[in-house]
This record gives sequence, C-alpha cells and structure tokens, in this order.
Amino acid sequence: MSSVATTQIKLTPERSRASVRSRLQDALPKIVLAPSFAITIVFVYGFILWTIYLSFTNSKTFPSYAITGGRAYQRLWRWTFDTDPPSSWYTSITNMGIFGFLYILICLALGLFLAILLDQKIRGEGVLRPIYLYPMALSFIVTGVAWKWFLDPGLGLEQTLHQWGWTSFHFDWIKNKDFVIYTVVIAGVWQASGFIMAMFLAGLRGIDGEIMKAAQIDGATTFQLYRRIVIPLLRPIFLSAFIVLAHLAIKSYDLVVALTSGGPGGSAWLPSNFMYEYTFKRNEMAVGSASAVIMLMTIVAIIVPYLYSELREKPR
Amino acid sequence: MSAVATPARPSSGGMNVKLVNRIVIYGLLALFALFYLMPLFVMLVTSFKTMDEIQNGNMLSLPKAPTFAPWLKAWGETCVGLTCAGIKGYFWNSIKMVVPAVLISTMLGALNGYVLTKWRFRGATLVFGLMLFACFIPFQSVLLPMATILGSLGRFGVTLQNTFGTSFGLGNPTVNLVFVHVVYGIGFTTLFFRNYYEAFPTELVKAAQVDGASFFQIFRRIMLPNSMPIFVVTVIYQFTNIWNDFLFASAYAGTGDAMPMTVALNNVVNTSTGVVEYNVNMAAAMIAALPTLLVYVLAGRYFVRGLMAGAVKG
Repeated sequence: MSSVATTQIKLTPERSRASVRSRLQDALPKIVLAPSFAITIVFVYGFILWTIYLSFTNSKTFPSYAITGGRAYQRLWRWTFDTDPPSSWYTSITNMGIFGFLYILICLALGLFLAILLDQKIRGEGVLRPIYLYPMALSFIVTGVAWKWFLDPGLGLEQTLHQWGWTSFHFDWIKNKDFVIYTVVIAGVWQASGFIMAMFLAGLRGIDGEIMKAAQIDGATTFQLYRRIVIPLLRPIFLSAFIVLAHLAIKSYDLVVALTSGGPGGSAWLPSNFMYEYTFKRNEMAVGSASAVIMLMTIVAIIVPYLYSELREKPR
Repeated sequence: MSAVATPARPSSGGMNVKLVNRIVIYGLLALFALFYLMPLFVMLVTSFKTMDEIQNGNMLSLPKAPTFAPWLKAWGETCVGLTCAGIKGYFWNSIKMVVPAVLISTMLGALNGYVLTKWRFRGATLVFGLMLFACFIPFQSVLLPMATILGSLGRFGVTLQNTFGTSFGLGNPTVNLVFVHVVYGIGFTTLFFRNYYEAFPTELVKAAQVDGASFFQIFRRIMLPNSMPIFVVTVIYQFTNIWNDFLFASAYAGTGDAMPMTVALNNVVNTSTGVVEYNVNMAAAMIAALPTLLVYVLAGRYFVRGLMAGAVKG
C-alpha cells in the first residue's frame, strides 16, 4: 500500500500556467504537517535539551546558565545511598521500585485472571466489564480522594470492621510511613487493572478457536490449555500491557499527591513528586532537572525499543 | 468485541463439577465487581449524609435521611484555599480549557494523519516516530522550560496590554493550558488518525486526485465524512485526559481563580481550616468525576477503543 501512496499523480498538463499552483499543491501536505512537527521539535525535544542543560548548571530558585558540571547528579548519586536517615531521593527511587514492581505485577495477574474468568461464556458480561473498567475514566485526584477516605483508619475500612465486631482489626497503612506506598499500589491497581483486563480479553477473543479444540481433543485439561497454549499466545498483549503499565507507573504523580499528600515526611514520594518538590518548592532547580532527566532516561529505555520495533513492522 | 462468544468447550468433568465451577467463577466475578464499585459507592453515599451521620454511622450504610446540602455546598460555598465560593467557577474553568484544547488537537491530528498516510514523503515515518515518542515522555522533563516560556509570554502580554489595551490572551492561565494540552496532545491524536487512515482505501484518494480535487477538497469531501468513529474516539480520549490532568494544571494554574477542577478539588480536600467536611469533599469529588463518568456511560465503547489505540498500535 505504501508504494502506491508515494507515487503521486501529477495532474497538470499545462505546466506553464499552473506550475506555481501545482508546486504549491505538492508542498501543501508538508506545509500542513509542518506546524505540528515544529511544535514537537521545539516544545518536546528542545525543552528536553533545555532541561538537560539546566541539570548541569547551578540553578536554584531561578535558572542560571553557567555550566557547573554534574554536581546535581553527584548529589543524587550520593543521596542514592543515604539510608540513615533516608534521603528524599532514596525514598523516591525505593518507592518507585516497590510501586512499579507490585503495580505492574498485580495489574497483569489480576487483569489476566479476570479476563480468563470473563471469557468462560459469562451471563452478564456486558454488565461486569464496564464495572471493572470505569475507574480508568476517573482522574487520579478523584481516585486518591476516594481511597483516602476509604482507607482512613478513623472513618473508613478499619472503623467499619470495628463496628461489625472485628475490633482487633488494624489497618493504618495510609498514615504509616513504612507502608503508605502500598496504599498507592492498591489505589493504582484499582484504577488500571480493569483496563489491563480489557486488553487481555480482546487478546483472548482473538485466539483461533480451532487451536483450543485441537488441544482439547488431545485431552488437555483447562488448566493445561491456558498454561501451555493460551498464555503463550497472549505474549504480544503482555508486552503492550507491560509498556502501558511501566509508562503509567513512572509518570504517576497525581495519585501520590491526592491519596497521601506525599505521605508522612514525604515517605510516599515517587521520583515525579521529588522532581516537582525540588524544582518548584525547595528551589533546587538543577537537582530537580537532573531527576527529570533520570526519569526520562528510564522511559526512553523502555519505550524507544518498543516504538522502534512497532514502526519498523508497519510498512507491510 | 463483546458479541463474539468463544466456541463451546466440552467439559471433561461431570455435571456436579461443572456446577461448582460455575458457582466459583460467578462468585469471584461478583467479588471483584464489589472491589471496583466499593470506593464509588462509599463516595456517593457519603456525599448524601450529614456530618453527624458520618461521624457516628457506618461508612457502608445508606444515608438515613439523604440530603442534597453537601452537593450544594460543594458547588457554591465551599472554600478552595482562601476564597469560599464553591467549585463552580473551577468547573467552568475546566470546561473553558477542555473544549478548545480538544477541538484544536483533534483537528490537527486529523490533518496530520491524513498527510502521513495519503501524502507520504521521505522521512514520514521518522516524523511520525518523533511525534509519537513525545506522547510518552514524562512531562517533568519539559515542565520547567515551559514554565519559563509561559512566564516570558505573560510578561510580554502585560506589555501588549499596556500598549494596545489587550494582551491577546498571553499570560492568561486558561489560554496557557489550552496551548500546553494541544502541544502535548497532538502526538496521540496524530497516532489515532494515522492508524485509522492507514486502513482507508488509497484508491479513493487517487481517483479524486485524477478528477482534479485539491488537497483540502479531498480531506473535506472524502476523508472527513468517513472519519466519524475515529473523531468520537479521539475527542473522548482527549477530553478524558485533559479534564483529568493535574500536573500541568498545578504547575501553570496552581493558584488563583484560573485553576482547573482537579487542582481545586485537591485544594478543597486538603484545606485544613476547621472541621473537615467529608460529605462536601465527596460531593466535590463526585462533581469532578461526573463529566468523564458520563462520557464513559454514554460512549464506553469508544472510550475503550481510544485506550486500546493508545496502547496497542497497529
């Protein structure tokens, strides 16, 4: 198809009269695309370079443009090992590890599990699917507000179970600096797992029924069928879901703010919160920029190979 | 997607095993439905309770005497920071920001997708790749330069204001946010339209060219009339994303009268003067959630398609 599209048909026999016009017509597509492309180059790539530049300066409250070397990175590096008491950066990247790992793992597992359950010719699937998926339409701020209330020890779940007679029940993670990040995992999983379910369900529906039948004729149990045949066939979905979740996890910012306000002593911070606080509130612009660059590099490492392979495959 | 049932799978077990299996499956599905519904349910019932009932009652119980007062208070009276005029102003701020941002970014995406599929040129894939990657960057890596630029534009706007009596929108936080959302939204809108137009028959475009139709005529007469589904998908996707945005909103309109709904809601909830009115907070959260929930209920199918298109390409 692509070869057809590239050979444009010139429709002007009278070149002399219409040459300017036809030239313009030829250039028109590029002229139309140019503003968007220019905007992207300046406001995305230019700004990224600008941020990288700032991370090598000594900028505090205001940007300063004298290069002073990698001091911001040295500080981040030193803070990476500052565990007693833990530095904000140490807390942020440790939280990123915990949150990223659990969030991706639980969303994948739960999404696959629900998709398989829903794929068993369930009556009422049309009602259940939207219920699992609606949190994705909410903003992280709303999700955070809802779960903040739900997990509040004095008013939420703990209080409710006490009233029902389970008085020894204790659940104060949201106020506990060692556990607050796990509440972010809970709310995050609640929000995104339904979407992952939908991705897996679409994948399951795309599997050829003949393969399943053949396996069953060979005497495979349902469990074997899923383990040996269905799940391996879902590999591309796993990859897409992983990319989506990893990308969402690294960008997570709002949820921490709304759910925990950063947690006791900033104990729920992720690198995105670190960046915002250091850049806009603590007047450490260079350090903030350096942390943004590190976030970007993490995304690049995940996304670029994926996009590259996706775009390479395109011209069929 | 929903209509396609999987082919029948003969069960190896007997009737009883099968029945138990079904019960377990339905039980699990119902349990998870509860898990997903619980926070929304709690939020909704709390928003209709009096403070007295909240402090002494059970979180999960239905309101004994449902009252609409928390909603009215959230809409018209509650304090956002120091001003106590409810969240209604901020709700409209969000609308004023979302509508132009969605329309502009969708229109640009449609044109870009049209060029990238039907008027291919050398390097088109690279151009598209660069625009696509822009969707995935953590916005922290552009946040500060954009703040600097918007700041200087604002100062320039003041100069214009003094000279010509109008700032042409420069320095207006809502205009700034529209601009920011268009800039960082065109990657996705271009992606949506490109993938959609890729499957659109090129022969039609070619035939129109032979008939002497111009670039824009083809777009208006042939592409647009056939683009309804992808327009709906893109508009819904952009609407949800921009309405729900918090990072840009708090960075560029985090204080003052121009803040969008998400920032205002966060301020309402974290305002710590006097007694915390949970019912008002929950009503405010519901109001913030309603537009996107409404879109989801009315056009859920398109919403899911947008999410999928943003996730699984090709």
